[in-house]
Parts: sequence; structure tokens; C-alpha cells
Amino acid sequence: MEYKYLENQRILIFRITEEIDEFKVKELRRKADYEIERYMPKRVIFDFNRVSFMDSSGIGMIIGRYKQASMFGGKMEITNLRPAVRKIFEMSGVLRLIPEIDIEHEELPELQQNFI
Amino acid sequence: MENEMKLEFISKSNNEAFARIAVAAFVSSLDPTIEEISDIKTAVSEAVTNSIVHGYEDKKGIIHIKCKIINRKIHIEISDNGKGIENVELAKQPLYTSKPDLERSGMGFTIMESFMDNLLVESVFGVGTKIIMEKEIKEIPKAENLTLEEALRG
Repeated sequence: MEYKYLENQRILIFRITEEIDEFKVKELRRKADYEIERYMPKRVIFDFNRVSFMDSSGIGMIIGRYKQASMFGGKMEITNLRPAVRKIFEMSGVLRLIPEIDIEHEELPELQQNFI
Repeated sequence: MENEMKLEFISKSNNEAFARIAVAAFVSSLDPTIEEISDIKTAVSEAVTNSIVHGYEDKKGIIHIKCKIINRKIHIEISDNGKGIENVELAKQPLYTSKPDLERSGMGFTIMESFMDNLLVESVFGVGTKIIMEKEIKEIPKAENLTLEEALRG
């Protein structure tokens, strides 16, 4: 997982680059919480563009990060869901809580730059 | 077509990827769609995760997977000798989890049920759990087998 923090807009973006299951979730959770606590962003965005597989552990992980972001006063969004990943999200009902956004239409040129 | 395979591995969560990829590779001879493969991988991942997290509660144990292909149906059995499920009906309830403190979504059985055609859960408390799942892989008509008329109809 890579991340990027946009200082001016206070947006923290995570780009997940691995398959999401029970094993991977432990590491994702730890990394994401560390950055959320460090930056206390206004918006947290999880980019799923490179996620080809996710099981229900991903839903637990996302709800947990939503709680974490809310605790620091931020809101959370997800983007670029592939069909298999969207299927799990739709089934979970989580999209009512954590909206899916179209990141291509966000006026954020910094998003195209390198991630850490 | 008939085929059969068996897998045994220890209950470490980094074996989840191995298990679902092995089953997906076994099924691939039936030419499943991307969606069918993804459904099967997800269902296997859920069942194996349940064995590791709930069956063995992160202690070391063995997980068995048996797969059979009969005609176009894939039959998958995933079993453990873990602690078993006290109340299977409760465990199958959508969003129910026995470990809410650990960020579990409680969706595992719901996913297995809706991504596969059949799901059977056999569990004896204190002895272990066996998950049996089946899915029919739909045959995609091959272009060369169609008559011109059928091909034009799409």
C-alpha cells in the first residue's frame, strides 16, 4: 500500500496495491492507522484501482479505518472499485456510510504525482 | 469431465492466498468466467479464514480442502479439526460475528451462500467444522459451434 498526503487540502490517500484478505489486512490496518493519526486528515480516500481480490476482511478493515478517521474529525471515501470488489462492498451495505467517489473528476492534479 | 484433488496445509493466514489460488487453478479447466473464478476464490478465502480465525483461533492446526469436478459442477469441501461452531444458524446470520472487537464484518457465510449455488455447514462443537460448497460453471457457447444464424442473433 502506498499513500500520499496533500497538505493544503488535508487529504490522505491510500492506494492499496495488494490482494486484500485476513493476512494482508493486519498490515494495511497498522499502516493506515499510523498515517491517519499522524496527519489527522479532513478526508481519507482509499484507492482500490490495483486491488484484484478482496474478501470480507476488507470490509472489516474499511469500517475500522472509517471509525479511526472519524475519531480525528475526518470523513472517508473510496474510489476505483473493480467489479469483484464492488460486489462485496454492495453486499455489505457499507457504501451508505462510506461513499464511492469518482477520483478522475476531483480537481486534484497532485493525485497524478508519485506516491510514497 | 471428472477430476479430483486434495490439499492440506497448516492454519497460517498467509496460506489463504495459496488455498484460493490453488482451487481457482483447479477449476480453470472448466473455462469459468472472471466473475465465476472470483466468486469461487472469495468463497474459499472466507471458509479458510473462518477455520484459521474461529476454528483454530490462530493456533496451529491442519486445514483440508477436497475438490471434485463432476461434469460442469465444482464441489469444494473445506474442513478443520478446530473448536467447531456452537450454533450454526446463528453463525450464518448476516453480519453476525462472534469476534466483533476484531473488526470482523460477519459477512463470511453470506458471501459463501450467495457466491456459490449450494452451501452446507457441518459442525460438531469441540470436534471441527466442514464446509461443503458447490457451483455450476456455465458453458459459454463457442463461436465455431454456432450456426451463422445463431451467431448473428448474438
